Amino acid sequence: MLSFVQQFPVLAIVLPLMSAPVCALTRGKVFPWFLTFLVSAFTFAISIELLAEVSANGPISYHLGGWEPPWGIEYLVDPLNAFMLVLISGISTGVLLYARESIAHEIREDQLGLFFTAYLLALTGMMGICITGDAFNVFVFLEIMSLSSYVLIAMGARNDRRALTASFQYLIIGTVGATFYLIGVGLLYMMTGTLNIADIASRFAEIGGMRPVQAAVAFIVIGLAIKLALFPFHVWLPNGYTYAPSIVTSFFAGTATKVSVYLLIRFIFTIFGMDYSFGVVGLTDILMPLAVVGFLSMSLVAIFQDNVKRLLAYSSVAQLGYIVLAISLASNEGLTAAMVHILNHAVVKTGMFLSVGSIFFVTGTVSLKKLEGIGQRMPLTTFGFVLGGLGLIGVPLTPGFISKWYLIKAVLDLESPLGYGLVAAILISSLLAVIYIWRVVEVAYFRPPPAGATRGEPPLTMLVPSWIFIAISFYFGIDTTFSVGFSKAIAAFLTGGA
Amino acid sequence: MLLLIAGTITVLVVRNLFVATMMLGIVSFTMALIFVSLDAVDVAFTEAAVGAGISTVLYIGTLAMVGAQEKIRVKFAALPLIICLAVGGALFYATYQMPGYAEADNPVHKHVAPRYINDSGKETGVPNIVTSVLASYRGYDTFGETTVIFTAGIGVMLILRQRRLKRPPPDGEEEEDLKTSLNGSISGLGSDHDLVPHLVSKLLIPFILMFALYVQFHGDFGPGGGFQAGVIFAAGFILYALIFSLEEARVILNEKVILCLIALGVLIYGGVGVVSMLLGGHFLDYNLLSHDPVHGQHLGILLVEIGVGITVTAAMLAIFYAFVGRAEIEIEQLD
Amino acid sequence: MFFEHFNYWVFIILLMVGLYTVMSRTNLIKKMIGLSLFQISVFLFYISMGKIAGGTAPILIDPAPGAAPIVYSNPLPHVLILTAIVVGVATTALGLSLVVRIKESFGTIDEEDILKLEDEA
Repeated sequence: MLSFVQQFPVLAIVLPLMSAPVCALTRGKVFPWFLTFLVSAFTFAISIELLAEVSANGPISYHLGGWEPPWGIEYLVDPLNAFMLVLISGISTGVLLYARESIAHEIREDQLGLFFTAYLLALTGMMGICITGDAFNVFVFLEIMSLSSYVLIAMGARNDRRALTASFQYLIIGTVGATFYLIGVGLLYMMTGTLNIADIASRFAEIGGMRPVQAAVAFIVIGLAIKLALFPFHVWLPNGYTYAPSIVTSFFAGTATKVSVYLLIRFIFTIFGMDYSFGVVGLTDILMPLAVVGFLSMSLVAIFQDNVKRLLAYSSVAQLGYIVLAISLASNEGLTAAMVHILNHAVVKTGMFLSVGSIFFVTGTVSLKKLEGIGQRMPLTTFGFVLGGLGLIGVPLTPGFISKWYLIKAVLDLESPLGYGLVAAILISSLLAVIYIWRVVEVAYFRPPPAGATRGEPPLTMLVPSWIFIAISFYFGIDTTFSVGFSKAIAAFLTGGA
Repeated sequence: MLLLIAGTITVLVVRNLFVATMMLGIVSFTMALIFVSLDAVDVAFTEAAVGAGISTVLYIGTLAMVGAQEKIRVKFAALPLIICLAVGGALFYATYQMPGYAEADNPVHKHVAPRYINDSGKETGVPNIVTSVLASYRGYDTFGETTVIFTAGIGVMLILRQRRLKRPPPDGEEEEDLKTSLNGSISGLGSDHDLVPHLVSKLLIPFILMFALYVQFHGDFGPGGGFQAGVIFAAGFILYALIFSLEEARVILNEKVILCLIALGVLIYGGVGVVSMLLGGHFLDYNLLSHDPVHGQHLGILLVEIGVGITVTAAMLAIFYAFVGRAEIEIEQLD
Repeated sequence: MFFEHFNYWVFIILLMVGLYTVMSRTNLIKKMIGLSLFQISVFLFYISMGKIAGGTAPILIDPAPGAAPIVYSNPLPHVLILTAIVVGVATTALGLSLVVRIKESFGTIDEEDILKLEDEA
């Protein structure tokens, strides 16, 4: 007999999955949202429980169908993915708290049931990718997540028809990325005869030198790079984020690309192993330049954006550049920095996108030109946005400072001229961040609001959640025991265990 | 094989999208034949039904709405070519150390697979190994797959219905409007004058549906299973809708029922899992469903296959309705 | 020797043609067709992997008394590809429904025309 608690790993996935069809059948303005919110909150609670369990007693393995791996599919919860589960379900719950008013504004009422179904499926997909210990199962859940996200992005078409083309573009690029991943997994399967991640990892040393395996590494890394919008594969992201409904953007900004980052970390550190990834194949030489060019160019591009959502989207690509840079350092400290930044950036960006969502809710626009004096028209919302912006720049006491502190520390550990170069690049990029945030601040506070402009704050159900995210992010900027503590534990687990 | 290459290159070259779609169908069908020769009968069955069948229907449905001529662009795209050659090159590079084709001692056949081949008969009581792996050993993947289809069904409904109701307010009245206008449309699907197709299809459809049921329940022994059966079942209905009219098909199964069915299939599948959890086992552990583990496995596989069948049928129909419903509205607007 | 990897080579050629179609064509439907080809080629790769020379379809049958034991091809790739085919058709359906909506909103399904329209907007 398995106890209720032992069922937690699968419950975290099956609960949202099974609620999705139920939600599809519901109608009305409030009920689908309420169901989704409840499910997400339960999932969040389960994830926290799992994280606590894993950090106390070590990894949990759950055999789906009762078949032991590698014959059956295994769920393997370790500190890394338990952390991701908490992050994803937490952000989802917070965004949902905000969602009711916002989405009723952007989606037709009779579509709400199906919309939240798609939302639940996206949540299921992300959670499923993180928790599973089977390389092919990852593909299945990757597709659940992708298909539902194409749908969710396309739902923005009611406001702007460009959402359709954005979604289509994402569909093409995303499918190519997923298929690359599938080819890579196929090659690995061909050489090892197994699909279980742990099992592949244990056989990896014998076959690492073979050409098909090298090709597999290339395909998987490229496939994931496409999915995580690493420069130069990022083209789908700004469009998708710009035209999707507000809550979808907020949800994805914090989670969707992070899931791919998680997969990248999983493959590099758990399956290929550090020595192989960075020693034999030399991923550092490939990832690092892309990451650096990525965050520099994207921060620069962000400066010239008029659409605030698009500005933030480019900034997201830049932030992903930092994370990938941290991974490519191939060190314990680098990995810690990556994990800290995954968490911090997810919280800050979600808060900022929620604030922008509120602005859109009240004024009906996110174009910088039309937002003059928004600081006086919507003081609380705008102030939240600006605080989030300080976090992106990395001002002390903000979470961005903590991330960059660890990142710079990890870079300096290289003890080479390259390290100083990288520090310079990070500082330049931060300076660019100052400029693009300043542009918003200038428009918001130093231009008089046009006569007859709408004033007033959004409903409290929207204002409070966005402030919750900003407040949490500041908490992580001041008290780092949770964020840095767990990141260190994860880094030690991955570099020591693998 | 060479036929395949020729087919794909034709797809690339032709300008007429109808021809390209047909070539894609042919490529799929050839692929299905190759799968048979590679011993993958289940896959061949599915590829023939889906790749050559459902996909082609979808493409043609879309083409009917968007027009079939591709704009001619005399632009030589160098970058894509380079990327493709690089990708292909990487794979060619890899083939040189790949294990030889079809050799019995390749790693693929050594590690996990023998257990399925040697023991699945005893452990699940189902002779078709593909079915037992699909529904039991890797049953969770299949649950995910069902969810993917569910997602697609929901997604197409959401996307395509996004605009329709923009005109009048979403009310019961409007439904009526739509119905009458659809009935009034002359150029919609089906017509009252085609006696031969009507007769033939009336004769054929029961057989198609029976065949679908056979495939559904025979999946344990021969090639087949919930997915293939669902596609065939849907094909039967689609035939009905094409020959008679969408309206008449809607009388039998309207969108609301279909939505319920899509959800029901996923719930059946998940429900089996939940029951096994309540019985104290792992999710989808069929051994506990009956006193005898083998019998339990058999029962579990049967149930989840039914769930898959229902969801696939309903999702395919939902997608079809959404597309065709669109086309009818388009035509009506033109009038 | 030459035929040892023949199936894989066909897979690679199909994959390249599919990918090229996706990237070089501006017509959205043509892109979808290319994407389908790209996915189909991967199916061939997996199924080829599962074949064993002299093997038969993996459906258990009782061997005739005294005959050599029956060799079955590997069932696992078949299972995986069944799933992948489903994913493929789901993607196709969604992609095409987007194409339909794009046609309605923009009046064209040519990528470059759409880009022009977007710039004007």
